[in-house]
Amino acid sequence: MNFAVLQFPASNCDQDAVHVLQHLGHDARLLWHKEPSLGTVDAVIVPGGFSYGDYLRTGAIARFSPVMQALRRFADNGGFVLGICNGFQILCEAHLLPGALVRNRSLQFCCETVYLKSATADSPFTNKIPADKWLRVPIAHGEGCYFADDETLAKLRARGQILWQYCDESGALTDAANPNGSLLNIAGVCNERRNVAGLMPHPERASEGILGSEDGRLIFESLIETLSHSTAAAVA
Amino acid sequence: MHRSMKAKIVITPKKAVLDPQGKTVQNALIHMGYAGFGAVHVGKYIEVELAGADPQAVRQQIDDACRKILSNPVIEDYRFEIE
Repeated sequence: MNFAVLQFPASNCDQDAVHVLQHLGHDARLLWHKEPSLGTVDAVIVPGGFSYGDYLRTGAIARFSPVMQALRRFADNGGFVLGICNGFQILCEAHLLPGALVRNRSLQFCCETVYLKSATADSPFTNKIPADKWLRVPIAHGEGCYFADDETLAKLRARGQILWQYCDESGALTDAANPNGSLLNIAGVCNERRNVAGLMPHPERASEGILGSEDGRLIFESLIETLSHSTAAAVA
Repeated sequence: MHRSMKAKIVITPKKAVLDPQGKTVQNALIHMGYAGFGAVHVGKYIEVELAGADPQAVRQQIDDACRKILSNPVIEDYRFEIE
């Protein structure tokens, strides 16, 4: 498979995402945000970081980078896109995903390891995750509190668009296990078409045993599994 | 004839959005002994200097910018005046 990992001023973990995908035996390259085209790719990762210094709102400026116009065309054509942390924030600002990420309830930057429950295996991003497996993955964000209005939340639930929720060690969706105040413990969602997803935790930082957890790899392996059944690569 | 104008834009979190900053400031005010202080909402203030001949067209441009980038309608409300 052929992956592009976008790179904005102040992206981070972009190299980690490239590393994981290459480690899994696939082609992955960084793509600078000034590029007007994605070229031929099978899927795109929008990585974490603090694009444009988080000025105005997280992801608000990055949304208007030239590469984002190409990303929108790619997503509109059914191309698969995964946003991680700041990438999730950027995809929400671009309205490619519903809702928004606001300041953590504690007002503190949260840097810890959390458990994630996959709410459904019926998505291109979760199909390899066993139903009884809670993913142990790190978070590192100041604005990760997921918000959407009641009507949007109801639609997300009805359509199975909530992909990951913060849970405790036993898989319970408790308030204590919610690190940032996200509504319904939401850590990640997908769009209605199910080809664009985003999450606040960093699966790319938990994809090898030496890092303390390999659980994050299941998300990339789910996407790779989906791509192996999908037709020709989209071009944008 | 073009003239210099200034847009003064106030952006506030929507009522339904958790506003921990506002709550923290409210708590501080209460601890300081200010009587009768209720909910506090912390937002943003943006000034844009601009030039234009038609105040109505300028209003429309600012409104457009507020919706597209200066605020996020999912979580924020905005209002502005032009002087």
